[in-house]
Amino acid sequence: MAALGPQAERTRLAAAGARSVTRAAILSGQPLKDVIKGRIFFALLLLALGLALLGLAALILDAVIDGRSMLSLDLLTNSASRISPETAGYANAIYGTILLIGGVLVMTVPIGIGSAIYLEEYADRTKWWNRVVELNIQNLAAVPSIVYGILGLAFIVRGPLDLGFILFAGSITLSLLVLPTVIIAAREAIRAVPPSIREGSFALGATRWQTVRRQVLPAAIPGIATGVILAVSRAAGETAPLLLVGAATFVTFDPTVFGDNGYTALPVMIFNNAKQAQPEFHVLAAAGIVVMLAVILLMNSFAIWLRNRYEQRW
Amino acid sequence: MARDESRAETGRESREAAAERAAIAVRPGQFQQHAAGKREKVFELKGVEVLYSGVSAVKGIGLDVHRNDITAMIGPSGCGKSTLLRCLNRMNDLIPGAEVRGELLYHGEDLYGPKVDPVQARKLIGMVFQKPNPFPKSIYDNVAFGPRILGNKDGLDETVEAALKGAALWEEVKDRLDSNAFGLSGGQQQRLCIARCIAVQPDTILMDEPCSALDPISTGKIEDLMIELKKEFSIVIVTHNMQQAARVSDRTAFLMVELDADEDNRWGRLVEYDETEKIFTNPSDKRTEDYVSGKVG
Repeated sequence: MAALGPQAERTRLAAAGARSVTRAAILSGQPLKDVIKGRIFFALLLLALGLALLGLAALILDAVIDGRSMLSLDLLTNSASRISPETAGYANAIYGTILLIGGVLVMTVPIGIGSAIYLEEYADRTKWWNRVVELNIQNLAAVPSIVYGILGLAFIVRGPLDLGFILFAGSITLSLLVLPTVIIAAREAIRAVPPSIREGSFALGATRWQTVRRQVLPAAIPGIATGVILAVSRAAGETAPLLLVGAATFVTFDPTVFGDNGYTALPVMIFNNAKQAQPEFHVLAAAGIVVMLAVILLMNSFAIWLRNRYEQRW
Repeated sequence: MARDESRAETGRESREAAAERAAIAVRPGQFQQHAAGKREKVFELKGVEVLYSGVSAVKGIGLDVHRNDITAMIGPSGCGKSTLLRCLNRMNDLIPGAEVRGELLYHGEDLYGPKVDPVQARKLIGMVFQKPNPFPKSIYDNVAFGPRILGNKDGLDETVEAALKGAALWEEVKDRLDSNAFGLSGGQQQRLCIARCIAVQPDTILMDEPCSALDPISTGKIEDLMIELKKEFSIVIVTHNMQQAARVSDRTAFLMVELDADEDNRWGRLVEYDETEKIFTNPSDKRTEDYVSGKVG
């Protein structure tokens, strides 16, 4: 090689030096400061996760400890009682919750899926009213639940619908509350179906409805089901709106959908028990919390199992 | 008659020799004389232009697709071949803002006329896409989907079997018709899509780069299939692969991108459309010659 000028020679040596440093570094393992940074980051992640779980664990432990003396299967079979806390249970409250959720399912599933299909498959996004609808569904999902309670009181219990303080009114109110969530979940599930499936269907001479009904919906059902179950399990735990639409009273009998002598639900009953003066009722309330958590955990686990079992991998 | 035959014989030999010189593989017997006189035209395009939201994608397309031909469209990327193909079965209707101008006749009728229902048109003009897109259903249900939506519920088993045989897939899947279509290999999935397409008995099949996502062996199988299908259907194929166009097609259209004066807008234009052997051995336009000999694009 011809002799290089001094500048070029220095550059060449520097480059060679840099190369040799890198080579040595590869052979001797990761530099210490990278290892430390990696470990600190990992520790911070674990800390974040730990704090979240700690809060949840504290809640569950507190409820279990406070309510342990009353935790038995009698909770599920005895009805509420104001007089004797030892024999009180949550049977009628659980029954009320089941009726409420049943009503919510019946109303949100068709309306929610129908709205999602319209917004995803049929709506022309350039039209302003479709954009308004889309924006507002996101907003509605964020509205606090007590506002839905006030809405229910004003328009469903009284006002135009004037249904009175019946369980059905509670169902409608809860349906309004979770409908935006169901619509959003259904839209995501429908959007996840690849356009190539739709194109293949259209290319065979299918109409849009045939494509939606026979290709898109069946493929989106697992995602929709998961979204519905999660939304419904949220509805099962809502207390504030129910208090405003007629579940506030302490009810000891099994409610009916249209009966006007009052109704109750599990979260409301827990609240009522916690409000009582005697400490035995507080124990009962804690036990009720455990029951409630178990029910919600069961529903969410089912949703996750359903999603994993039927998840479509494209 | 004998003189005609010998002239044809000589003509064929010299074309084949020319093709060999051009180093393009040809199929034995490919250069058949078409029947003298008129052949029925499936599509007639005159001055067709396609715009997306007011911007031209292709302009000035004039060509005729003949019955039982394989018509290929070749050209560099972005010259609008797929856009043009999608016009032929009104798939561009599904794209908001897409507009088709000019005259596009299907068996003499205006395909974009006010009385034409695109859904009905697509039952007669089928399409196979670049990436195989089987439905997330069983193999049987994939093929049966078309007949079912047509309302042909009787004899589905026979229809499915005939379609799968027509797509050269029957032997490989006859024992697992109920298994999920996604379990098939890429080449098998594409043949399944072809079976699905022919199950509704269209008269034309449009293929948008059907082999570009497949390996060479599957590609070969599908090319053989196309030659077979040609007997019953008319096929229009868009392909990036020049050799493929030379191997299978009877006529080839060559499209190129054109820029306007200030190089702001680009659109595709038809440069030359002729019998395949002419395009590949003796094209009229220099641009075609540059493209097929690999100098450009």
